[in-house]
Amino acid sequence: MLFDFESMRAVTQVFVFLLAGLSLATVIGWVLSLTNKQKDYTELKQRINSWWIMIGIFGLALVMGPLVTVLLFAMLSFIALKEYFSMTPTRLVDRKVLFWAYLTIPLQYYWIATGWYGMFIIFIPVYAFLFIPFRMVLAGETKNYLRAVGNIHWGLMLTVFTLSHLAYLVMLPSEGEYQSLTMSGDGAALLLYLVMLTQLNDVAQYVWGKILGTTPIAPTISPNKTREGLIGGVITTGVLAMILAGLLTPMIWWQGLLVGLGIGIAGFIGDVSLSAIKRDIGIKDSGQLIPGHGGILDRLDSLTFTAPLFFHVMRYFYF
Amino acid sequence: MKYINLALRWLFFAVIIKPIVKIVIGLRYQNTPILPKDGPAILIANHNSHLDTMVLISLLPLNILHKVKPVAAADYFLKNKFLAWFALNIIGILPIERQGKDKSVNPIEQCAKALDSGKILIFFPEGSRGEPEKMTDLKYGVVKLAERCPNVPLYPIYMHGLGKTLPKGDALFVPFFCDVVFSEPMTYEANSEGFYENVKTRFATLQDSVKLPKWD
Repeated sequence: MLFDFESMRAVTQVFVFLLAGLSLATVIGWVLSLTNKQKDYTELKQRINSWWIMIGIFGLALVMGPLVTVLLFAMLSFIALKEYFSMTPTRLVDRKVLFWAYLTIPLQYYWIATGWYGMFIIFIPVYAFLFIPFRMVLAGETKNYLRAVGNIHWGLMLTVFTLSHLAYLVMLPSEGEYQSLTMSGDGAALLLYLVMLTQLNDVAQYVWGKILGTTPIAPTISPNKTREGLIGGVITTGVLAMILAGLLTPMIWWQGLLVGLGIGIAGFIGDVSLSAIKRDIGIKDSGQLIPGHGGILDRLDSLTFTAPLFFHVMRYFYF
Repeated sequence: MKYINLALRWLFFAVIIKPIVKIVIGLRYQNTPILPKDGPAILIANHNSHLDTMVLISLLPLNILHKVKPVAAADYFLKNKFLAWFALNIIGILPIERQGKDKSVNPIEQCAKALDSGKILIFFPEGSRGEPEKMTDLKYGVVKLAERCPNVPLYPIYMHGLGKTLPKGDALFVPFFCDVVFSEPMTYEANSEGFYENVKTRFATLQDSVKLPKWD
């Protein structure tokens, strides 16, 4: 058995709790659509169904061990980068450059699977970020050069560098020993903690915004986001982070609270930063891969900010 | 030999092409797919890339694969032995002579014969592949073919993104999402008045419905 349920008791418990919560949401969805026939609940139901699939895949990866988790995030990076390149304007002369950009994905995740932290942390921001403009110069086209460099760099940052921190979380050593690729350790608990809180933060901000929201916070970027939603969401996430800290992380309660508040704020920033890109291009969703949610970037946007920040806080203080 | 080739064709699409189209390219339907369930029928689509044919074939279910015949230029695809075997048996093309070459065989008659035997043709009304994400003027072949087979339904399909993934004259494959839009089938019988313009309008409408960035 790859997954030792005994030593991973906390992860299993939290996961069961999560599935119970999702079941409750599913039942509420049914009840709403049965009692209130005038309103169309298709999107809500699609959303909940997609959650089942996403949580299912995520849970399966955790059970199968770190190697499978790393491969899953490599695949997510690939789809996210493809989605990014498909929605942003790219130049025909940069076709070969885009090919190199895709090649960073297997390399970046290879460093992770071998636990090579030094390479993992500089590969994208140093080597890839220097190589890409160099390769573009070779192509010889200067029209829109700066925009094209910025476009590819931010794409790699969002979809490869930040998301790969999620995969490195499961590789963090357990009790000072190197993490094996087949057996989940403490990192799996940290990954669950971060992903769950970031996603719940999105939901909490949305729900608080629906209930109390009156003051728009970023009207030019995301008109539905309100100050009340943000505050309600951040507090909810902070409280949850405080409760779960002892179970899933090496933190004590007040540290968990602080980190939770940070996740809430960073998640919001990640969300609006993708919204700004979409607004700039003039589209609503980044894609349509996940029914009810939009594209894969629409779901991962908050994680692009919370993942690297959470990772480095954990690594600095505890590993 | 015929059955071995058929099996190879099936395997090629089931094991290689369908997964590539689904996972590496990632097909996105912009509306509900409108596709023929059986032949005779003609899929007409814009043409930017060799991948167009692959994507169109993989849109159709595998159980009618043996009926699908992309109409392609004989001089291009039959120029050497291996390519000819691959094009005829694996892709399953219907090779036609381009205008002015050999007057004894009429390409429209070749297509009509295939349609009479219940085939599903894949026809690119622009002729050869154009620049990425730009449609060139349609040739008159599609009108002649529709005129010859007035009851056969034509299914206009517009594809976006493949010209970026594998443009003409480039061998490097760079993945982009491919977006596909479908339009209601049309027959010559019902649209004979200004058929050429009708087809053009259909494609223009389909093209407008895809709001995605083009190459700079």
